Amino acid sequence: MLKILKYSFYDLMRSRWSYIYFLFYLALGFVLLFLFNDVSQAVITIMNIILVLTPLIGTIFGVMYYYDSREFTELLLSQPIKRRNIFLGQYIGVATSLALSLFLGLGIPFVTYGLFQSSEIWNFSLLLVTGVFLTFIFVALSYNLALSYDNKIKGFGFAILLWLFFAVIYDGLFLILLLSFSDYPIDKLALIGSSLNPIDLSRVLILLKLDISALFGYTGAVFKQFFGSSTGMISSFALLLAWVILPTWRILRKSKRKDF
Amino acid sequence: MNIKIKQLYKNFGKVEVLQGLDLEVSENGIFAVLGPNGSGKTTLIKCILGMVIPTKGDILLNGESVLNEWAYRSKIAYLPQIAQFPHNLKVQELIKMIKEIRGESQREQEIIELFKIQPFLDKKLGTLSGGTKQKINILLAFMFESELIILDEPTTGLDPVALIHLKELIQEEKRKGKTILVTTHIMKLVEEIADKIVFLLDGKIYFEGTVPQLQEQTGEKDLEHAIANILKDTYA
Repeated sequence: MLKILKYSFYDLMRSRWSYIYFLFYLALGFVLLFLFNDVSQAVITIMNIILVLTPLIGTIFGVMYYYDSREFTELLLSQPIKRRNIFLGQYIGVATSLALSLFLGLGIPFVTYGLFQSSEIWNFSLLLVTGVFLTFIFVALSYNLALSYDNKIKGFGFAILLWLFFAVIYDGLFLILLLSFSDYPIDKLALIGSSLNPIDLSRVLILLKLDISALFGYTGAVFKQFFGSSTGMISSFALLLAWVILPTWRILRKSKRKDF
Repeated sequence: MNIKIKQLYKNFGKVEVLQGLDLEVSENGIFAVLGPNGSGKTTLIKCILGMVIPTKGDILLNGESVLNEWAYRSKIAYLPQIAQFPHNLKVQELIKMIKEIRGESQREQEIIELFKIQPFLDKKLGTLSGGTKQKINILLAFMFESELIILDEPTTGLDPVALIHLKELIQEEKRKGKTILVTTHIMKLVEEIADKIVFLLDGKIYFEGTVPQLQEQTGEKDLEHAIANILKDTYA
């Protein structure tokens, strides 16, 4: 598996898009730090960008890489390698190279600005960690879709819809639900609802860490009580991890029965 | 290598590609797998390689079932129909990678020189022409010692010089006692190299035998016409 991972990673690290993605984050980091002149302000703005962008890029790259490397996958399948290792290697290769672009792209400007002297270092680390999680989650989800649909247009379409659902539609539906039941005590429901969407879960995690939960009102207090505790933190990360593991498991299951 | 295929069925959705195919190859030599488009040639090959998973049936190589196995593929060299590689890897890196998977090669340099691949070793795979990619494919298929060599339309995109070298390579492997399966639509190639013909029609073996046997059975001297003769009956 490591061999496949290594070469998928090489292949991607040399692609123009990895550089563009890296340079985008690099530029973003420097520009925001220059504009705000303050690490914590920059962290909040970057959070909003990361929460939308990493899932989108992960989704697009995942689908694109799968379809693009299809013939190469066939070549590998004819070699004495286990099927699961091919797909696992490729998936981890794509996700790692994207995560690295994010990590270095944002890491470099913040470190040069003096992150290590700042009290924001933990918030910033949390931001990067959730960004990495989101990358792995959405690459895995889009890989699932690509495996299910041989038709590129369909695969791409559903992948974009998936992203749209988690990034936008889910929140809309969730808000409608909360509004229509606003006469009832729904803080538990709100808690569960935000935990089930990896993007929302990441957002809540970061916002609470940034100590601006007062903005949430009463529900915020419930959130703070849950996510602020170590149980909450651990279960959030367990959930994010589950969002990585379940789609990965399905990639392996699906690829085992697939014809090439 | 001894290949035994028992009652192999494969359907893609509603399309039944292989319908109870039985085949036994017990001697070495060059076998041409022929048949009209969509007759199941590539599906059969991919079943042997484990790339397509059969609906029913069994495939035995040297007496052992290969379904759901993977290690047996080190005994098979495969040249796929379409040559596509990761765009950003260099030729050299691809060769290195396959060597890491399959072990060291004895003949790498020899084949590189034979097909004049040297100038392309440092180029990225995405920048190569179709014919050059096919040469890389040939290199990957022939640089290891494999008991069974499967060539799916090996002549695609090759210039005449490369084609001559390819035929030499195939003959050389035959002399070494390998089993070689070739699919092609170029009958001249079949007449030149094939010891035996396996003709697929509608997912079953329609004819199995030598070129003279086929000519005798169809009453046609020319192989192209002999094949056309079979197809005429089915198209009609």
